[in-house]
Amino acid sequence: MSKTFDVIILGGGPAGYVCAIRCAQLGLATAVVERDKLGGVCVNIGCIPSKALLHSARVASVIKHDAAALGITTGEVTLDYGVAMKRSRQVSEQNAKGVEFLMKKHKVTVIPGTGVLQKGRTVKVGNDVFTAGKAVVLATGSRVKGLPQLGLEINKTTVISTDEALFLERVPTSVAIVGAGAVGMEFADIFDAFGSEVTLIEVLPRILPIEDAESSATLARVYKKRGIKLLAGAKVKGAKVAATGVTLEIEANGKTESLTVEKVLMAAGRGLNVEGIGLETAGVQLTDRGFVQVDAQLKTTADGVFAIGDIAGPPMLAHKGSREGVVVAETIAGQHPHPIRYDNIPSVTYCHPEVASIGLTEEACKERKLAYQVGKFPLTANGRARAAIETDGFVKIIRDTKYGEILGAHIVASHASEMIHELALARENEYTVEEVDLAVHAHPTLSEAVAEAALDSLGRVLHT
Amino acid sequence: MITKVVMEALSPTMEEGRIAQWLKKEGDAVKTGDVLAEVETDKAIMELPARGNGVLRKILVGDGQTTAVGNLVAVIAAAEEDISGVVGQSGQQGQSGQQGPAARAPTPPALTAPSALTAAVGREAEAGGRIKASPLARRMAGEKGVDLHRVEGTGPSGRIIKRDVDTALTALTALTAPPPEAEGWEDVALSQVRKAIARRLTQSLAPIPHFYLTAEIDMERAAEARDALNAAGDTKISFNDIVVKVVAMALRQHRACNAWWQGDAVRYFHDVHIGIAVAIDEGLITPVIHHADRKSLRAIATATRELAERARARKLAPEEYTGSTFSISNLGMFGIDEFTAVINPPEAGILAVGAITPTPVAHGGAVAVRRRMRVTMSCDHRIIDGATGAQFLQTVRRMLEQPLAIVW
Repeated sequence: MSKTFDVIILGGGPAGYVCAIRCAQLGLATAVVERDKLGGVCVNIGCIPSKALLHSARVASVIKHDAAALGITTGEVTLDYGVAMKRSRQVSEQNAKGVEFLMKKHKVTVIPGTGVLQKGRTVKVGNDVFTAGKAVVLATGSRVKGLPQLGLEINKTTVISTDEALFLERVPTSVAIVGAGAVGMEFADIFDAFGSEVTLIEVLPRILPIEDAESSATLARVYKKRGIKLLAGAKVKGAKVAATGVTLEIEANGKTESLTVEKVLMAAGRGLNVEGIGLETAGVQLTDRGFVQVDAQLKTTADGVFAIGDIAGPPMLAHKGSREGVVVAETIAGQHPHPIRYDNIPSVTYCHPEVASIGLTEEACKERKLAYQVGKFPLTANGRARAAIETDGFVKIIRDTKYGEILGAHIVASHASEMIHELALARENEYTVEEVDLAVHAHPTLSEAVAEAALDSLGRVLHT
Repeated sequence: MITKVVMEALSPTMEEGRIAQWLKKEGDAVKTGDVLAEVETDKAIMELPARGNGVLRKILVGDGQTTAVGNLVAVIAAAEEDISGVVGQSGQQGQSGQQGPAARAPTPPALTAPSALTAAVGREAEAGGRIKASPLARRMAGEKGVDLHRVEGTGPSGRIIKRDVDTALTALTALTAPPPEAEGWEDVALSQVRKAIARRLTQSLAPIPHFYLTAEIDMERAAEARDALNAAGDTKISFNDIVVKVVAMALRQHRACNAWWQGDAVRYFHDVHIGIAVAIDEGLITPVIHHADRKSLRAIATATRELAERARARKLAPEEYTGSTFSISNLGMFGIDEFTAVINPPEAGILAVGAITPTPVAHGGAVAVRRRMRVTMSCDHRIIDGATGAQFLQTVRRMLEQPLAIVW
């Protein structure tokens, strides 16, 4: 194996492997150092397998709640999380193989092991030393992290992270999920559908705290109706971890209650993989918050060393990391890529209904004292949503009063994750709400609600 | 990517520019911000910067040639890029400066800016008149009166995006705003009598109805004061510096003379900014001493020297020769005893200063030879009446004859 490359990438997750493909496309001799599996958390223990489980959950939920109305008679429905889990593993494996294939196709060398940065664009893997002629790219990502200060250290049996939740053979009879961000919301959905008694605990005043308050409110209503217990503005004060369960002491609404569950799923906070990879030796500095310090071109403080993905700063999302990978590859190749608009990265939670957003929330518009107009269209008024019994949700567009600039958009819908891109495209190209309306939307579609919300922001909504 | 280099509006009043000299030659690699050429405008020699990266492939307007603002003068592109399409189109534009701004690409009416606003920093759009701009950028430009033909796009493939319009607006504000220190004025609507006087006088003596007031001022004590000051300090004070200071202080007392004709109003300034006519090779320019009434003699002397030097080198920035509220022209050093100066519109007046000459005069009941200086004030009669001007000159005379007044 050659020991010299143009570019060496530490980490084969969605940031690193995409960076490698783009480097290879640009004619750079590229290597990826990966200590575990190609595809990283996303493909193996994150985005992909959880979507497979969410699909099982969705189908289960449709059968349970809607089958009769849809004219489908089923016998007794039994749910087996183990089977669903095994299928999710197959999906992950297929995707990981896909990444392997892509590396081969683009002649990217994959070096198994942990890469440790040395001085001067050199990487040590085990006893081998590799040198990068042009650049080293750090893409080591992040990992789950418990809250040891509360006695909730991940023990992998009663206090688990998603790393374990994704491999369970059966769902716990009762589970407390700490953290009601995207991960917590998705696992609450999965566990609930498979019959767990779920309590969702969020320290901030509402679930999905970084989404628009209306999105949070809709999901809170839907989850409560499904029987998921929500404790927002709730603080875990202490935990007693036993062999068969955990008792949590939770302070909420000024009173303390105790909750005993079979398992606790830690869905809050992630640790950055910045230790033991030679950052200090190479002169790569961290920010106060522990991310790798990068400039606008994602260059670190060490010459010829870039950082992308989770370690380079928030939002810690696969699609953000992938784009950074492309931009860094082009920068290394001497191109002048279009800079990333970090204020235009979609955020999606794949629970049912899904929550997707881009840009500013209404609360943020208020804080910034922007002059804005809200346009909103409920899915109860959308034909396609009614046909599919998926009327929980809405499309909300916040536009600037003066020019119609789309300041933010928030969608709660069964397929919000697919609908948000129309608005991502619009914002990226600076279309105003009027251009969104001008594009003819097919009927009947959920996307019609997007056009209607745009119209509503102009006071011209047609169907409400 | 092809970047067209156009003659930019480098001063608020510039309509055409002469390429003084190219600092880069064809084949040179250039990047955004590099100075490509020196351009002689109506006021100064300014730098024409590159607005894109690449190779300076073709120069279309050579050293010494003049062309209208907005016309293509050169092309920047990648080394191998085909630029024939762009270069071919340049034949349609007048390169000799014969064609004015009308030669620019057609502009949709909604996007046309008032002519003063078109002085935006920028680049001519695609020759076909099609502008690559985001819908949001178009709306903002339409609303704010920014001509998108003159805005440089920094989006994908040179598309004009919100940020570019914001940048152009900032540049416009800087170009069209009054000099930063010259805030504070009061527009007084014209009375019917004033309007009638204005109309009649304009008809008889268009465009500005001048009248002239001459006074001979005894400069003995001013000369003594100047000698004493120059003996004491290391900054050389000239008679002109003293005149500037005195006129500025007198204007503070006679604000009727510290004004601009605004057509339907007279703008009386609360601040005093004195324009000083400076002869340059090709004519005349008037750098401005801002707040001359509040500046020390030493500060006025230093500023005048420095501005005059740069004026002669034609390196003044626009804000350094605009915004004066009153002007002074001094030909004393050429031995001119007295002359009349032409008003620098929209100002209300200008003071022409002659040489200081030893003259026999009646003094203290006897004939004595004293240093005398004749000044003539040209007044815009639409703003200043005879008595108003005379009272102002009286103050100037009193201060010059009693130069201690400067420190009161």
